[in-house]
Amino acid sequence: MAEVTYLEAIRQGLVEEMERDPAVFCLGEDIGAYGGAFKVTEGLLQRFGPDRVIDTPVSETGFVGAAAGAAHMGLRPVCEMQFIDFLSCAYSILTNYVATARYRAFLPCPMVVRGPSGGYVRGGPFHSQNPEAAFLHTPGLKIVCPATAADARGLLKAAIRDDDCVLFFEHKYLYRRIKEELPSGDHFVPLGKARLAREGKDLSIITYAATVWKALEAAAELEREDGLSVEVLDLRSLLPLDDEAIVATVKKTNRVLIVHEDTMTGGIAGEITARINELAFEWLDAPVRRVAAHDVPLPYAPQLEDFVLPQTSDIVRAARWVAGY
Amino acid sequence: MVAPSAPAPLLGDPAGPGREQLLELYYWMRLTRSLEERLVNLYRQTKVVGGLFRSLGQEACAVGSAYALRREDVLSPLIRNLGSMLVKGATPVEVLRQYMARGDSPTRGRELNIHFGDVVDRNFIGQISHLGDMVPVMAGVTLSFRIRREPRVGLVYVGDGATSTGAFHEGINFAAVQRCPLVVIVENNRYAYSTPTEKQCAAERLADKAAGYGIPGARADGNDVLETYRVTWEAVERARAGGGPTLIELMTYRRKGHAEHDNQSYVPAGEIERWARENDPVDRYIGVLTGQAGVAAEELEAIDARAREEIDHATDLAEASPPPQPLDGLVGVYADPPAMPVLWYRAGIRSAVPAHERPASWGTHDG
Repeated sequence: MAEVTYLEAIRQGLVEEMERDPAVFCLGEDIGAYGGAFKVTEGLLQRFGPDRVIDTPVSETGFVGAAAGAAHMGLRPVCEMQFIDFLSCAYSILTNYVATARYRAFLPCPMVVRGPSGGYVRGGPFHSQNPEAAFLHTPGLKIVCPATAADARGLLKAAIRDDDCVLFFEHKYLYRRIKEELPSGDHFVPLGKARLAREGKDLSIITYAATVWKALEAAAELEREDGLSVEVLDLRSLLPLDDEAIVATVKKTNRVLIVHEDTMTGGIAGEITARINELAFEWLDAPVRRVAAHDVPLPYAPQLEDFVLPQTSDIVRAARWVAGY
Repeated sequence: MVAPSAPAPLLGDPAGPGREQLLELYYWMRLTRSLEERLVNLYRQTKVVGGLFRSLGQEACAVGSAYALRREDVLSPLIRNLGSMLVKGATPVEVLRQYMARGDSPTRGRELNIHFGDVVDRNFIGQISHLGDMVPVMAGVTLSFRIRREPRVGLVYVGDGATSTGAFHEGINFAAVQRCPLVVIVENNRYAYSTPTEKQCAAERLADKAAGYGIPGARADGNDVLETYRVTWEAVERARAGGGPTLIELMTYRRKGHAEHDNQSYVPAGEIERWARENDPVDRYIGVLTGQAGVAAEELEAIDARAREEIDHATDLAEASPPPQPLDGLVGVYADPPAMPVLWYRAGIRSAVPAHERPASWGTHDG
């Protein structure tokens, strides 16, 4: 079977779900005739027609709210944010309306909001954000961040079939850089289950999205140069978090480094650290440490962006500190 | 009792079958007013847990517009649309249980006042407090009708205040571009909390905003229940026929404060009294019914008595309703998992505090 990019895997997932279930439809800015800013939805308009691939006005609140209304009526909308940075435009309606609908009103709201997130692409402050932590604090939402092409397709299919709202953070750095053969058939990755990206016994790196690949690079280097056996846990879902997998890796290696591309303060690494403290304190041989972006808006120039964001060399240095504690 | 399947636009004909509908309109308006009066009593007895929102003087807006819908049409009410909800099938006991935060209320104690709905049978959707948000949501509800070729219509209410929000603009614009079968009613009751309409918007007529969206706009006397019905019915049937959204501005007046605690100190002297004296929608409609429609006063009194009896009965039921079970507060955030876990320090504990008191500092008066 041919190799498929992370981006093509997402498109495959969309097409398969739209073919499987006539209730699934897409809406967003420039997703129809143009096929989306990154071409994720290319060809969908021709295939499914304008009632199922809807070009919307520039109005994130408008089309996320409309998706919620359509979802109440039994449809399964998939919204595209042209860049995930614009998700904040729909913050209120997502957190106040969508996330509370089932609890306060028993209103089903099965919908997906997906779009390109992340940096390392010289996108500057408004085309590189990682806003997942802002939504982690909202009961009622689910959050998914795939790192591989197979997961991108499998998790998207799970998200579309889920009966609640799932925020689906695609990483634009991975769109065309990650390529693999996909599992055959109706392959489906359950929400809330982490994946062991690499097994090890000396140290665990817990991460998600693009930094999974940097963690794997770092793990290879640490093995080669330091003889360290590093485990890499790819969370895949941030909400719900896979506590079981986190605790299992802590108990196995007793040393933990948490890595994310999002900024440090208020990032999900803090939450994971707290859970490890509560659930597995006595298993730790070293303090849990974090590698994350510096607490600044993401700058444009390569020299600045590369300094602000976590790099493979940062992970190597931090891992050595944890391993040597 | 719910709205008839396809009310005729010929309500004004007292000789024909329209007479029954004319009296139904009166019943819904009376039921709305009397139910709110009962809620005031319960509020003063501190049996209403949260705030109380009145629609005194706006009953014609709510009832006349909702009466233009069919059962399968979907309505999204605002805080002063108790009457619309009753027409759509909400019952007094549901409303009382909601206000009294009972465990068998439509939201099982999760939400306040008339923030509740039913999309399974009666087809109304509970609002949230963020004004304007229901417009995009209803754009999506009606988009689903268009996509599925269902001959159904949506009706969403906003106040004069909500027309200032981004959500209102984005929602109505989306509906207009997609030609969704949606009717947007702006109830212009002169005040958004304490802010008069002229400080909300520099346009003289909110209905004129329709031009900016390329859709028809209309303004009508919201204290005339028949006029309200007529203008809404036209918009509803245009939407049903594929003609897209309409923006209707209904002119009315909020005679009570934003909520029962609000003393309306910001209202010019004499204004409320003048509206009560000269432009009460129930009084006006009684005039129409007993005048040109030839309805006997006794017939209206019988309807008043019927409404009172229903409310008495509903009050008895609501007072006997149980409080929610505290642990139910963790149920239903997601379909999966069905309940959130109890936090570690609460393990085995069924109630967090010995007594659940309404904060005394919130007050129980309206002065």
